Amino acid sequence: MSAVLDALAGPWEYDFWRRALLVALLSGLVCGVVGGHVVLRGMAFIGDAVAHAVFPGIAVAFVLGTNLVIGGAVAGVITALLIAVVAQNRRLKEDSVIGIFFAAAFGLGIVILSAAPGYGGSLESFLFGSILGISDSDVVSVAVIGAILLLATALLNGRLVAATLDREQARAVGLPVFWLDIALYVMVTLAIVISLQAVGNVLVLALLVTPAAAARLLTDRLGAMMLLAPAIGAGGSVLGLYLSYAFDLAAGGLIVLTLTGIFVLCWLFAPRHGLLTRPRGRKAAVSNAPVEVTS
Amino acid sequence: MNEPILHIRDLAVHLGGREVLSSVDFSLRAGELVGLIGPNGAGKTTLLRTALGLLPPHRGVVTVHGRTAKQAQGSVGYVPQRHEFAWDFPISVAKAVATGRTHLTGLLGRRTAQDRAAVDDAITRVGMDDLRSRPVGELSGGQRQRVLVARALALRPRVLLLDEPFTGIDAPTQELLSRLLTELRDEGVAVLMTTHDLAAATTLCSRLCLLNRTVVADDEPSRLADTDIWLRTFGLDRAEQLLRSLGVTR
Repeated sequence: MSAVLDALAGPWEYDFWRRALLVALLSGLVCGVVGGHVVLRGMAFIGDAVAHAVFPGIAVAFVLGTNLVIGGAVAGVITALLIAVVAQNRRLKEDSVIGIFFAAAFGLGIVILSAAPGYGGSLESFLFGSILGISDSDVVSVAVIGAILLLATALLNGRLVAATLDREQARAVGLPVFWLDIALYVMVTLAIVISLQAVGNVLVLALLVTPAAAARLLTDRLGAMMLLAPAIGAGGSVLGLYLSYAFDLAAGGLIVLTLTGIFVLCWLFAPRHGLLTRPRGRKAAVSNAPVEVTS
Repeated sequence: MNEPILHIRDLAVHLGGREVLSSVDFSLRAGELVGLIGPNGAGKTTLLRTALGLLPPHRGVVTVHGRTAKQAQGSVGYVPQRHEFAWDFPISVAKAVATGRTHLTGLLGRRTAQDRAAVDDAITRVGMDDLRSRPVGELSGGQRQRVLVARALALRPRVLLLDEPFTGIDAPTQELLSRLLTELRDEGVAVLMTTHDLAAATTLCSRLCLLNRTVVADDEPSRLADTDIWLRTFGLDRAEQLLRSLGVTR
């Protein structure tokens, strides 16, 4: 037992480790909460888009030597707003609009970054994360933005749920569905920005989607899902970080693989919905029963 | 006769550059249960959505309680078609019904005793007390329809609009809904529903409004015996076609 505790406490003597652990914990927590709404809305693709969209902002901040988190947040929010506005045009489906904007944003980021010295190394740390190289000021940014996000989610939860459940009815009773969409996009953007340094641009979607998807498999209760998702996100991130220390492997990749492992376990063994625990002969998901639709 | 709660005058609505409704005049008073009848594409759902303030009139006026439809949002009960609702959402019947009052709660979503009473009452009225904790994804089609009705009733509305409430539900649910709508009418609620179920509409409704882009006829069912009116509403030229389209003959 004491050997396990020693192993857990071992890396605590390093400042960089304590900063990394804090950021992994906060990122997992915040992405779990925000990701709950992303998964329930079926907007994982938007999360991917935003992850790419923050890239030019980070590149500009890097070139100018300013705060990366704020740079990424500004670019992500601008792109999210553009997507939300252009997606109002019903001739274009939202996924097409997203596809256009996130590829454009990513291309812009690469062009900007290529103008900076040390292009290759910077690009790699942005794409795959550099959690062990996080500064004190980045930790403060992550903590402040994370706290704001948790507060915003708590305040808007009921309205976001109503808008996801039934947009038509939500509009009919006067809920500001468009502004709720914008708020959610902005929240997704900020959650991604504060998590970028943990797992990088390419893998950040996993922090947002995987814990929430695993939680969805575990429960049919919204409240329970919204507690389980951040717990899985934070727990998986910290475990992944420890594994990277123990085996001296890439932290970002191991965090994502740990979360994926948890998801696979939930997929196999989740009560009622797990592949191996589902009651035999049960009709495949009553919830998927066809519903008659008329024009 | 009392003043109309829902008043529509000379309404035209355009969708995608096409005129979907034209010169529509319609009134709905407290204690009326009116069926909105017409073929697919006649503009029934468009009329409901305009009355809910979801679509802007191209021309004409829509008022609810003397206010514009947009201003009246939040006071009108609405039961949309079932496919509008995300049935795979992890939420119980009681919580789904409570979302009908979300716009009345504060930012933190704290519910008052009045909110809880309205939700409990709505669930009881649709006969779902024993299912209130069940996830909505596990409900049958009829039970799902009752959830949507309860969600609208949780608002305790004076005007209730229903879009195809009888489509795809079993006989017991249809009977329960029919009884409930009649009770609401007797309590003074103004009820307007679109339906393709002419038999139910004829027996249930105090008035039928026949719509095909404009109001073809609007009267008590017993006064709508003229076949020509129905043929015009459904855009048919022979009675046999009408009877066939209604499933009366083959």
